Amino acid sequence: MSENTETAERKGWMATLAKAPDGLLAKTWAQAGVTQDFEWLRAPEIGAVMVRGAMGGTGGAFNLGEITVTRCALRLPDGAVGHAYIAGRDRKAAEIAALCDALMQTESAAVVRARILTPLNDVLHAKRRLKAEKAAATKVDFFTLVRGED
Amino acid sequence: MYVAVKGGEKAIDNAHAWLDELRRGDTDIPEMSIAQIRSQLALSVDRVMAEGSLYDPDLAALAIKQSRGDLIEAIFLIRAYRTTLPRFGGSAPIKTADMACMRRISATFKDVPGGQVLGPTFDYTHRLLDFKLAAEGVPSKAEKAGVVGDEVKPHITDFLNQEGLIQTEPGSDATPPDLTREPLELPASRALRLQALTRGDEGFVLGMGYSTQRGYGRNHAFVGELRIGDVAVEMEIPELGFSVEIAEIEVSECETVNQFAGSKTEPPQFTRGYGLVFGQSERKAISMALLDRALRWKELGEDNSDSPAQDEEFVLYHCDNIQATGFVEHIKLPHYVDFQAELELVRTLRKEATEANAQREAAK
Repeated sequence: MSENTETAERKGWMATLAKAPDGLLAKTWAQAGVTQDFEWLRAPEIGAVMVRGAMGGTGGAFNLGEITVTRCALRLPDGAVGHAYIAGRDRKAAEIAALCDALMQTESAAVVRARILTPLNDVLHAKRRLKAEKAAATKVDFFTLVRGED
Repeated sequence: MYVAVKGGEKAIDNAHAWLDELRRGDTDIPEMSIAQIRSQLALSVDRVMAEGSLYDPDLAALAIKQSRGDLIEAIFLIRAYRTTLPRFGGSAPIKTADMACMRRISATFKDVPGGQVLGPTFDYTHRLLDFKLAAEGVPSKAEKAGVVGDEVKPHITDFLNQEGLIQTEPGSDATPPDLTREPLELPASRALRLQALTRGDEGFVLGMGYSTQRGYGRNHAFVGELRIGDVAVEMEIPELGFSVEIAEIEVSECETVNQFAGSKTEPPQFTRGYGLVFGQSERKAISMALLDRALRWKELGEDNSDSPAQDEEFVLYHCDNIQATGFVEHIKLPHYVDFQAELELVRTLRKEATEANAQREAAK
C-alpha cells in the first residue's frame, strides 16, 4: 500500500471517529467488546480550534469562531501510536478514538473496522441521507407569473 | 469613573441565592434539562454559539439555563469560558460548496441546478399562534422524498462567474488577523470585519443591514444564495503531518449580489457581500452580507455617503454586545466619589449664580 493510500485511509477513519454523534462512540466501543492496554503519550486535553471561513465562500480566510476540541495521544504495547482530535469535551470519547486509531494500524484492524468503524459510518450515512430526503421533500418550483401589462 | 468599594458581601451572597431560586422557578414544575434546551430551543443555542464565538451546543444550552434565558448574559458566560481554553490551532477554511444543505434558496435564479430547497423554514407560515403547542400535541412528521445521486449543490454565484459577470474573490494563504488575540485596529481588513460581524450582536447587525436597504449607504442587494447545512471542519495536525476532519458543524451562509458600475481598473460587474454564521441564523447571515458589502465602498472606489453602515469605526466598535453591555451597564455600579465631585461643582455653580442674581437685583 502506498503512503498516500495509507494516509487517505487513516484520514477516513479519523474523520468517522471525530464525527460520531454524542455518546455513540462509547456505546459502539462497549458493544464491540475490545479491550486494550496502552500508555498515555498525551492525556486527554480540552481546548479550542479556530474555525475559519473563506471570504465570499472561495477567497482568503477569516476567523469564524472557535469550536471545543478534545485531543489525546497514546501508545499500545506493540508500539502503535494513536491520535485523536475530536469536537466536543468528551475525554472518554477521545480516548476511544485514539485507541481505535492505534488499533487500525495493527492486526486488530479488521475487527475494529467491522465492529466499530462500519457501524459508525452506517449511522453517519443514514443521518445524512435522512436529512437529504427531508430537504428533497421541500424542493420547490417557483413560477414567475405573467402580469398582463403587455 | 468607577472607584472600588468594599463591603456588602452578605447582601451579594443573598442576592445571588435569590437569583438562583428564581432561575429554578416553581419547583412544582419539572426542571429543564440541558438536552431539552439544546433540542427544543435550538435557535437560541445557535445564537449563543455564534455571538459567544464558540461552537459547543451543550455549553450554549447550559449558559442559557444559567442566565434564565437572557441570551446576552449567556453569550457573556460563553465568552468568559472560551478565554480559559488553550488554542490547538486553526482550521482550513470550511468548504461551504460541499455543504450538505437542509435549505438552499436563490432570489436571483429560478431554475438553479440542484433546485430551490426550502428546508425547515418559518417563511410562508401565517404567524398565527399555535395553541396546540400549549396542549400536549403530537408534532408533525417531516415528509421524505427520493434523493438522486450526489446531494452536494454548487454555489449559485459560480454560474455568474462562468460568464465573468461577478468579481472573483482573491485567494490568499495568509493567516487571518484575529481580534480575540490583538486589539481591533483601524482601518480593518475585510477578514477582520467579517470576524467582528459574525460574532456581532444580531439586533445591531440586523438594524445596520436594514439601514443600507433604506438608503443609508448605496447598496441594492439581491440574495444570490442562502444556504444552511452541515460542513466538515478540517485541521492540519502537526504531529501527524496531514490534515484531518475533526468535526461537522451547522452554518448559515448568504451571498448577496450587488451591481457595481466599474472603475478605472475593473469592468462593470457584480460584486459580493458575504455572510457566514454558526448555526441556523439566516437573518444574521443576510444582514452580515449587506453590511460586508456596504463596508467595501473604499476598496471598490464608491462614494462614501457618510452613512453609519459605511463607517467601519462606527460599525466595528459598536457591534459587539458584550463590550456594549459592559460599558452601558457599568454606569449602574457605585460612582459615589465621581458623583460627589459633580455634586460639589453644581452646588458651587448654583451659589455663584444666586449671588450674581442678588447683586443684579441690588443694583436695580
